[in-house]
Amino acid sequence: MTVPLSWYLILSAVLFSLGVAGFLFKRNIITIFMSIELMLNAVNLSLITFSYKWGDIGGHVFVFFVIVVAAAEAAVGLAIIIAVFRNRGTLNADDLEEMKL
Amino acid sequence: MDLFLFLTFALIAVGCAVNLLVQRHPISSALSLIGVMGSLAVLYLLLGAEFIAAIQVIVYAGAIMVLFLFVIMLLNAGEEERTKKSKLARVLGLPLLAVLLAQLAYLIWRNFSDAPGVKFGGYVASTQQLGRALFRDYVLPFEVTSILILVAILGAVVLARKEIQR
Repeated sequence: MTVPLSWYLILSAVLFSLGVAGFLFKRNIITIFMSIELMLNAVNLSLITFSYKWGDIGGHVFVFFVIVVAAAEAAVGLAIIIAVFRNRGTLNADDLEEMKL
Repeated sequence: MDLFLFLTFALIAVGCAVNLLVQRHPISSALSLIGVMGSLAVLYLLLGAEFIAAIQVIVYAGAIMVLFLFVIMLLNAGEEERTKKSKLARVLGLPLLAVLLAQLAYLIWRNFSDAPGVKFGGYVASTQQLGRALFRDYVLPFEVTSILILVAILGAVVLARKEIQR
């Protein structure tokens, strides 16, 4: 029994949309950051699927780089969250609105 | 068997992702994100990406999520509070999100509905092949990545350092 290729891609699209939904609707800044990780994971799944489709190793290499960049991004992002919490004492994204017009 | 494994782990992934949205406590969200990553690792194995599946578990579900849990516990993040602000995101975001998903699904269906199905073992990218591609064709991006990580380490240390009292 084979699995249609489009199912993998649609699963990836669903996970990406759920990540966007988390980014829009969640108010905790750490959860917003986790939604970004969810979006990155969804894109990784579609890269691996395309790599399977074309029989090309390039998709795997890109996923490798995405994981490396995600690790660096998590380190810097969480450091920024710690700095924000130290200065403001809150993790609620609605209370951090100085740059809003 | 392929179909069964795919459906099981796809459902676990989507269920955990929905749970990430529904839960109000960041720890619960982080644990459901680990569930998503674990089931995605199984899907990578089904697609023949054994090395990527391994580093998905070790780096993503292991290292990165431990960092998240560590920060959640360090900051003692409690339950998310409901606010009266930002109704716009909910009102405008949900229809736009549905449009995005419908568009993606339509494009995928139009372009890949007649593609041959995925069979376990149909294409296996061994670690040897990946290493050869990484160190032969992509060696410059690989080296640039090390600079990126160095900058990230320095940035994290500088940002999270306690301010020295003057």
